[in-house]
Amino acid sequence: MADFNNTNLADFSGIWVFCEQRQGKLQPTVLELISEGRKLADDMGVELCGLLLGGKGVGDAMAKDLCAYGADKVLVCEDDKLETYTTDAYAKVICDTVMAKKPEIMLIAATNIGRDLGPRCAARLHTGLTADCTHLDVDVEKYAAFLKEASTLPQEQLDALNREDRNLKMTRPAFGGHLMATIICPRFRPQMATVRPGVLKKGAYDDSKQVVTEAVAVNLSDSDLQTKVLEVIKEAKELVDLTGAEVVVSVGRGISKDVEGGIKLAEELAAEFGGVVGGSRAAIDSGWLSADHQVGQTGKTVHPKLYIALGISGAIQHKAGMQDSECIVAVNKNDGAPIFDVADYGICGDLYKVVPLMIEAIKAAKAAK
Amino acid sequence: MDFRLTKEQEMMQKLCREFAVNEVEPIAAEIDEQERYPFETVEKMRKLGMMGIQFPKELGGSGGDTICYSIAIEEASKFCGTTGCIISSHATLGAWPIFKYGTPEQKETWLRPLISGQKTGAFGLTEPNAGTDSAAQQTVAVKQADGTWLLNGSKVFITGGGIADTYVIFAMTDKAKGNKGISAFIVDKNDEGFKIGKIEHKMGIRGSQTSELIFEDVVLPADRLLGKENGGFKIAMTTLDGGRIGIASQALGLAQGALDQAVKYMKERVQFGKTLDKFQGLQWMVADMATKIEAARLLVRRAAFNKDNGLPYTKEAAMAKLFAAEVAMDVTTKCVQLYGGYGYIREYPMERMMRDAKITEIYEGTSQVQRMVIAGQILRK
Amino acid sequence: MKVIVCVKQVPDTSGKVAVNPDGTLNRASMATIINPDDKNAIEAALALKDATGCEVVAVTMGPPPAEGMLRELIAMGADRGVLVSGREFGGSDTFATSQILAAAIKKIGLDDDDIVMCGRQAIDGDTAQVGSQIAEKLNIPQISYAAQITKDGKKVTVKRMLEDGYMTIETQTPCLLTCIKELNTPRYMSVGGIFECYSKPVDVYDYNTLKDDPLIDPATIGLKGSPTNIFKSFTPPQKGQGRMLDGADRATCDELAAELLKKHII
Repeated sequence: MADFNNTNLADFSGIWVFCEQRQGKLQPTVLELISEGRKLADDMGVELCGLLLGGKGVGDAMAKDLCAYGADKVLVCEDDKLETYTTDAYAKVICDTVMAKKPEIMLIAATNIGRDLGPRCAARLHTGLTADCTHLDVDVEKYAAFLKEASTLPQEQLDALNREDRNLKMTRPAFGGHLMATIICPRFRPQMATVRPGVLKKGAYDDSKQVVTEAVAVNLSDSDLQTKVLEVIKEAKELVDLTGAEVVVSVGRGISKDVEGGIKLAEELAAEFGGVVGGSRAAIDSGWLSADHQVGQTGKTVHPKLYIALGISGAIQHKAGMQDSECIVAVNKNDGAPIFDVADYGICGDLYKVVPLMIEAIKAAKAAK
Repeated sequence: MDFRLTKEQEMMQKLCREFAVNEVEPIAAEIDEQERYPFETVEKMRKLGMMGIQFPKELGGSGGDTICYSIAIEEASKFCGTTGCIISSHATLGAWPIFKYGTPEQKETWLRPLISGQKTGAFGLTEPNAGTDSAAQQTVAVKQADGTWLLNGSKVFITGGGIADTYVIFAMTDKAKGNKGISAFIVDKNDEGFKIGKIEHKMGIRGSQTSELIFEDVVLPADRLLGKENGGFKIAMTTLDGGRIGIASQALGLAQGALDQAVKYMKERVQFGKTLDKFQGLQWMVADMATKIEAARLLVRRAAFNKDNGLPYTKEAAMAKLFAAEVAMDVTTKCVQLYGGYGYIREYPMERMMRDAKITEIYEGTSQVQRMVIAGQILRK
Repeated sequence: MKVIVCVKQVPDTSGKVAVNPDGTLNRASMATIINPDDKNAIEAALALKDATGCEVVAVTMGPPPAEGMLRELIAMGADRGVLVSGREFGGSDTFATSQILAAAIKKIGLDDDDIVMCGRQAIDGDTAQVGSQIAEKLNIPQISYAAQITKDGKKVTVKRMLEDGYMTIETQTPCLLTCIKELNTPRYMSVGGIFECYSKPVDVYDYNTLKDDPLIDPATIGLKGSPTNIFKSFTPPQKGQGRMLDGADRATCDELAAELLKKHII
């Protein structure tokens, strides 16, 4: 450790992506990161490596996909002690490898595991780590273009950016998403970032790309491990309550002609986002949903990322309970319904016809990512 | 003159606000609708030391002051008059007489469980023919040859009747002496011959159980006499002095809570193309209500301050209760008005707050009694 | 046995937040609160205190007003507080902060059967990094996303949440755990606690108190010593008027999906 001088920036080169796998399955978000890493590597003219840790055989199983999505090489670290994630084993192997090979940038997916592992490594390597990034740039022109669309910063500030700057510009939300910040790590290497899953785009699969792997010697002993994993259990996610939900799909009087069908559609739509179903006062009073589903003045106030109002007129009682949602989508047969005043996107139509189409469109959009 | 709350009082306010929002508000409508005593809330309050706020730690209390006690009642009452009433009556009517007039043994046996959050207390003075005229007691306690007392009679409109474990009961022990012949006794809910009679259906504070108490040849050991024999009237009157601060706090909370919600409503409700808060007539209503509430708050805090600092507080407490109760009735009524039709609909809390407010002008001394007390204090000098 | 809990006083970002005309956040518009995940950490510590009688120490790095928060935690049941405060510490990123807090924990004293508890993440920085980095600096094992904790002598067993399930992990004290909201329901302050909290000790550690610890190197703490810097901060463009989408067919829905994709909602 004492010999790891990571302030001489010229010694460091290349972009690495930590390839998180669990029980022999590559986390889908890794391919998003590889694609992004490929773009950055092309901007910088450097090599993109995947860093893959796991039990015996992970290299054979996953190197093909990693290279097809853009990795020039996959560094494979295989060992029994790496089969199941532990902070100690993974941090040691990663830090040992980083210190030996000196990448300039390392990207980690901000999964529950990534957010446990990344900071430990960064602390050990005495370098900066930026958490939960939603946008990455090296090229300043591209960064300026991003700022133009995503911020209210004046043009003079964008013009004043130093076009020669080659630091990784890591943009992420703070203050609960009310503020965006671009962070840099100018004095230490590698520049590390954990990246929010599901935000960056996965690139194209290129079957013709060569599969290049390099086996990395793993040096782990029992004394390196301070924790023991007793079991790993898969579980269906528990229902989230209304006020804590990120996505709420609510139904109103508009489902009266087929209550069961309407609620089912709402549930299916909500399921696409891992969200929950709510209701207007009308829906609760009519007994279609229980009182704890009520959104509104005399129900619950919610401000989720996405609020979809189906067949809800949008009277003040209801509006008061959801108008601060980040994004509001409304579907209603009546184009004069007050809900459209508060919606970001409105669709005037029959919810029984529109919602199935919405579900299809969303499924398609997800698949295309 | 420092009008600010101390650090501890601010923390108390924070605690009580959080508690009121998370625990009191969610069931306020339900306990009114079902006339249900909120046992679960009382249990939570006991664990946090809210049922013994202003009593010393050595006796099992929380070591706080009367201002904190007032704050707790005010914050709870912003959402629920019933809960405010429960906090108030238990501490000042049930526990305080024993704190002030009890022997060390009585404090250990009866007071400690009340203020450390294990038992609930109540106070029995009122009878069918003795309301404001409390000296017209007909409940009687006769001293027996063996030193015990034989208690017979009944009480009516007793807050906590049937819920409380420990009751401070007033009875005639020397009819010839009029109100100088009344004594106070500690009665336990399990005493033989002590029955709970009718449970009342009320206009407001419907979750607070109010009942009749019946005493049929209840035998009380000598050590159940609280304070001096024939000194009970003074105990009753001084207890009610302190109780006034609690009720004034309840009234204050109801008024403030109603205004807070009305203001929120006025910013949302649109008529004639604008929100209600843009109409000057309604703005002036808000100004008047806020001013009255602030004046009430200063009277309540002043009375609490006096009590905490050993200053006389009879007049101040009576003024606080008189004024705050009338403000509560006025403000809650006007807030129902501001809500228009919705104010009359039970789905909205406004009508309940108005129903709850009325009792503050009546119990623990009607507004007429308060006027008697205040005039008495001023004119006797 | 001690449980040392790291707590942070943060602006309440969960409600509506005001933005100044120049695009910066109006921090005065936000009330300060105890970071929610840290309340779960304190509750876990207090639950251990209820069961074992151990000592609970609350530590925070922050400006002087953070002492008020420590008093609240003492009113909840913590035995004492430590406020780590000094100009030299200001502007620290997570790396620098973890060094300072690790030094403070060493000064408080980390014994063989002690546990350090942190909340998973703070709602202002949203990084979830400090807990893990403190563990590294103290060279103790870490278990994050703790949804259930049992202690049996020196053995600590934790249900550690994953996105689609959990792991059960075992370790030994001294160790560091980061807590999530599913772990418990934080208790309130007690009335008696409020009236005693100002008579319990709250120590202040400033730069001089900690400077002899090798972790407190002026070159590696504070704004100057932080490996990461803020390059730019900005607010996203305010929500404009909504719009009606054309039609009500599949194309309309595709358009909606594209918008939601752009907004990172899908």
